[in-house]
Amino acid sequence: MDVIVTGLLLGGTYALIAMGLNLQYGMARIMNLANGEMLVAGAFAAFWLYGAGQVSPFLTVVLVAPLAFALNWAIYMVFLGPLVKRAKSRGQLEVDAILTTFGLSFVAVGIMLAVFGGDYFSYSYLSFPVALLGGTYGANRLAAFVAAVAICGALYLWLNRSRPGMSIRAIAVAPDSARLVGIDVGRLAALAFALGGAVTATGGALISTFLTLDASTGVLFTLKALVIVIMGGVGDVRGTVVAALMLGLLETFVASVIDPGLTLAAAYLLFVTILLFRPQGLFGRKTA
Amino acid sequence: MRLTAKNWQGLALTAVLLGVAACLPLLTTAYWLTIGVTIALYTVLATSWALFSGPTHYISLATAAFFGVGTYTTGLGIEHLPYWVLPPLAGLIGAALAALVGLATLRLSGVYFVIFTLGLAEFIRQIITWGQTVSGTKGIYVLTSITEAHIYWQLLGLAGLVWLLGWLIGRSRLGFALRIIGDDEEVARHSGIHTARAKVLLFMVPGAFAAITGAVLAPRYVYIEPILAFTPMLSFQVVIMALLGGTGRLWGPVVGVIPFTFLWEGISASVPNQTTLLLGVAFLVIVYVLPRGFVGLIEDARARVNRAEGYA
Repeated sequence: MDVIVTGLLLGGTYALIAMGLNLQYGMARIMNLANGEMLVAGAFAAFWLYGAGQVSPFLTVVLVAPLAFALNWAIYMVFLGPLVKRAKSRGQLEVDAILTTFGLSFVAVGIMLAVFGGDYFSYSYLSFPVALLGGTYGANRLAAFVAAVAICGALYLWLNRSRPGMSIRAIAVAPDSARLVGIDVGRLAALAFALGGAVTATGGALISTFLTLDASTGVLFTLKALVIVIMGGVGDVRGTVVAALMLGLLETFVASVIDPGLTLAAAYLLFVTILLFRPQGLFGRKTA
Repeated sequence: MRLTAKNWQGLALTAVLLGVAACLPLLTTAYWLTIGVTIALYTVLATSWALFSGPTHYISLATAAFFGVGTYTTGLGIEHLPYWVLPPLAGLIGAALAALVGLATLRLSGVYFVIFTLGLAEFIRQIITWGQTVSGTKGIYVLTSITEAHIYWQLLGLAGLVWLLGWLIGRSRLGFALRIIGDDEEVARHSGIHTARAKVLLFMVPGAFAAITGAVLAPRYVYIEPILAFTPMLSFQVVIMALLGGTGRLWGPVVGVIPFTFLWEGISASVPNQTTLLLGVAFLVIVYVLPRGFVGLIEDARARVNRAEGYA
């Protein structure tokens, strides 16, 4: 029972992070390997504001999200937009995007190392225990989970009920046809990319309340988010949430039953299984 | 197979250059020999990497995984087997592992492959670390009488082998099939090329060579730990050097390896914390400034000279 609740709580936060990547890869069609660094940057912001002025990480989010949105918008405009224009095929764009975002991720790590140093950082916020369903859990994990659920829910509604949301889903499904019905694909792709960055940074700020991070942990989160997105199906919000919860459960299970050092190995095995048996994702339909 | 005069020229030139490079340990100080080992090491890794990734455009980040597997082959085997058996054995293991990875991922799009290979080194590292915790051992000592010069010569020999193999593949049906796959996979499939098999076969080449390199280098480390053998930085450095040089030509990666090694050494000596930043900037330079690497620059320059002469 302990394992299940802890796993679900962790999975909720993972869902938020993976949702950010899904917006970037599924909707804007940019495989952003610098995603984890955006998370760490969000976490750093929360850490720093908490240390400097005792600002609650949940208030930091209000500041971090717009900043991350602007930053990712700029990244898309400066680095990725030209690649989209230059690419002759989807494959070419993929290779270029992978190399560019790897580059950006290393640059980000380099800058963060220079500014904050290589130490692990953590702070204690809301770290009193809360009794729930016969077990006790950290209030910070619970609060992060609730916030993640709220944000995921809002995103889901926005994507499925609003007009811009519908346009974004349209460019995800058929970018060429979307242009024919008067959708500004370039602008919306930038919007989706920036929004994805903002969501990831928010996830970072939330996760920093209960996990210890350092400047170079970003890549681990990128990997986890990728596994979740692919497992849930690229561009599929529902699938992402389910996959994130599954990963959270699996990691918690492996960490408590076998060895905490094997969490990534477990995630990786899950990924391999998915690749072998359902490469289209849990809910994806088979395409050619 | 018939060789033209130009082929003989190329072969002879390569042999002479390798011969000259082989004299390095006899002439210089330990410092330059260390640099020489580094350059030879990355030449083998980057050239074999480019053999696969050049024509197929799949970006493999599995170099560190294969390298680590090779290192551990030597580490675990040195007490039971004579040293000369180990590098070929590592090669076989590396090729088998590459075949497995290839079978699982190469049918799918390139993104899956990148993620899979990126995770592979970390996966094996966690498993080995866990195995060590369970069995209560820490690292492994590799104590041999092999010197830096021996390692250097072995690596040069390997580099020669990679070039020879790459040249032979380029002339074979497999090489032809790969060029078509690289241009348009759809076309390749329709003209009856078994694309997945061709890619898996070719992926075994960098897998084997990276594992052999790891096995050869193990005596240099003396003490082997997972974090050392499976350092993820290695995969990225190899990608950057190969792309910086250019994957269109067999000699392309070396052109990237040599300047990047000096740059890397210089940066790590003066501002050791900023090597990550250097990697990042190098990636961006490759995408935006040098999409075809130095090879592209050289060939453009050569074309310009030819054209100028033609009009004169």
